[in-house]
Amino acid sequence: MMSLFDYFSRKKNNTASIAKERLQVIVAHERRQNKQPDYLAALQKDIMEVIKKYVDIDIDSIEVQLDNHGNFSVLELNVTLPDKLPAAKTGNSR
Amino acid sequence: MAKIIVVTSGKGGVGKTTTSSAICTGLALRGHKTAVIDFDIGLRNLDLIMNCERRVVYDFVNVINEEATLKQALIKDKRCENLFILPASQTRDKDALTKEGVERVLNELKDMGFEYIICDSPAGIEHGAFMALYFADEAIVVANPEVSSVRDSDRILGILQSKSRKAEQGERVIEHLLITRYDPHRVARGEMLGVADVEEILATKLLGVIPECQSVLKASNQGVPVIHDTESKAGKAYADAVARLLGEQVEHRFLNPEHKSFFQRLFRRTA
Repeated sequence: MMSLFDYFSRKKNNTASIAKERLQVIVAHERRQNKQPDYLAALQKDIMEVIKKYVDIDIDSIEVQLDNHGNFSVLELNVTLPDKLPAAKTGNSR
Repeated sequence: MAKIIVVTSGKGGVGKTTTSSAICTGLALRGHKTAVIDFDIGLRNLDLIMNCERRVVYDFVNVINEEATLKQALIKDKRCENLFILPASQTRDKDALTKEGVERVLNELKDMGFEYIICDSPAGIEHGAFMALYFADEAIVVANPEVSSVRDSDRILGILQSKSRKAEQGERVIEHLLITRYDPHRVARGEMLGVADVEEILATKLLGVIPECQSVLKASNQGVPVIHDTESKAGKAYADAVARLLGEQVEHRFLNPEHKSFFQRLFRRTA
């Protein structure tokens, strides 16, 4: 049972729980990344180059993930486009 | 059959060499013929911690390069009958460790009747650290209750599960978590990650918790592995860890603060 003193002191300076949360996030992220093949980073970069030709995006807005489901794998590509699409860089610009 | 145990961590300064010296001494004190190898080529320190720095003539790299025999290079510990130290080279670099060379030395140690071979890994995840863990049957991952150390430990666990020889053979290295520099007072105040937190994040079985203890520095000052200090908390905690490594059921000690503050006494009456 948590004592009254603990209750107040914990609220104010429980940095350990912050550490735990941060670690859980980063460790889960890195475990996913380490399981993925090396070419995925290069693939992500190439896809970004292609999309950049048409839309202004930065590297963080692309997520490439490879998931294994038994005997097949799914390559998931997630591109976050800017809220308001700027005029296309090439193609039908006037 | 000899067991090869790597003491590793990823991050530097968390207590790998202190742990290696304590664990190998503990195993030898329990009657097991034990060898400890320093894999930190270029920055050897195990010899200092084991107090044999002035008796180093030949080293690990000399044996790998066949410039000396293993018997010539092994240093017999002055305090323990069954303990031998193979120091790292101070002058070469880590590339001097070849997979074939390391395997040959390990096999030779097995043939000499060693029951335990402790590999003291360098920090980092480069060649030296990789060589130290590659042939391991078991691993002691040393972590401080602190974010960067825990994260690096997770990296090392990932490498053990994917790059070790056991992993290549479709088997698994038996992993043990050893938390060092643990301060129960700070944990109680919410300033430090607790044992359960670290265990949960790393999902690895706990071998022991070594409390932050003045005896550790005193021991390294004198070159006496801290496990010899049987009165100290750290010494006792390491002795418990050795017992668990040998398969005994020993309850964890020193996890809770000893002295309660006036306020805690006042408010904890009913707790």
